[in-house]
Amino acid sequence: MKMGRTFLRPWGGSWCAVVWLALALTCACPVQAKEAIPLGDEPWVEARMVHISEELRCLVCQNETLASSRADLAKDLRDEVRGLIRQGKTDAEIKAYLVARYGDFVLYRPEVKPTTWALWWGPAALLGLGLGLAWLALRARRAKPTVPPAPMALSDEAQRLVDAVLQDRDGI
Amino acid sequence: MRLALIPLIVFLALVAFLAVGLKRDPHEIPSPLIDRPAPTFVLETVGAEGPRFSPEQMKGQVWLLNVWATWCLPCQQEHPMLMQFAQQGLAPVVGMNYKEIQTDQDEAGQTLAASTRLSMARTKTAAWLKKHGNPYAVTVLDVDGRVGMDYGVYGVPESYVIDKTGLIRYKVVGVLTPEILTETVRPLIEKLQHEPLPKSEAS
Repeated sequence: MKMGRTFLRPWGGSWCAVVWLALALTCACPVQAKEAIPLGDEPWVEARMVHISEELRCLVCQNETLASSRADLAKDLRDEVRGLIRQGKTDAEIKAYLVARYGDFVLYRPEVKPTTWALWWGPAALLGLGLGLAWLALRARRAKPTVPPAPMALSDEAQRLVDAVLQDRDGI
Repeated sequence: MRLALIPLIVFLALVAFLAVGLKRDPHEIPSPLIDRPAPTFVLETVGAEGPRFSPEQMKGQVWLLNVWATWCLPCQQEHPMLMQFAQQGLAPVVGMNYKEIQTDQDEAGQTLAASTRLSMARTKTAAWLKKHGNPYAVTVLDVDGRVGMDYGVYGVPESYVIDKTGLIRYKVVGVLTPEILTETVRPLIEKLQHEPLPKSEAS
């Protein structure tokens, strides 16, 4: 016992530092507390909540998922999703619940339905259109016969001059 | 010659799309609740002795639901416009105070009881309205923001035009500017006030 205590004494200084560091970190915590999604008591609820929220957009910071956003509303909505999970709602039902309130915008992967067809197939359709136009343009160009330039008609005066020159050359 | 015009047309179309895109506010998310029944609720009002409020009480008249909070700076900017609107008496404005108490803990770190938060919200809201003027026919307190969630509120202020039958007909995200009020909200309310009530509702 005595040995232990004396053994510990030299550590006093550094323990103190550790305690101070720990205190400093705890003090810093409230500032950072918002970053971590507080894990509830039920890990299965949290796991499903995170899984669902990763597919959902935070409406306040629109490029963040509901799972990662620190906005107040995101926190409320995560709580709401937890509640719905506990009520035994399926993923699809939970998403439908949010879409009914905030619209398709909350979904990172919007449903395929007539109003989102343009979104889903638009790029492919535009690419197809572009390729089709390019093919048509190329085919039109290839089909056009390459006509040799028509012989130029000379005026009488010019023809006489040319004849004269040619005769001269022949004469040499 | 006609083929040569295609890139120009494509370019102009692109410019048109981008020009429209530039003018649109990405924070304005179209509400799926337009032309749907306004979600029902029963909430405490600011006047403690006053009865609780539910949207059903407004059936038969066109009204404006304004979601706000005393901590919301744009709401203060909007306030004079709402005062003017209320004074003109075109339609009643119901205020929904959204999450007035932003913390769920007191100074000592103790979790606040729902009833405490409600009374805190009531006191703060009443004091603010007394100081700045009250444009609201009724002010309800959505302390935990659950009703706001049903309305798809994702920021304050937001305003909803609700018709005689209780359908949400229009939603304004952000401050009600004089332009929005005179060009959109007032004409819409006037139009909706001329819409007859369905026979079953009129009785």
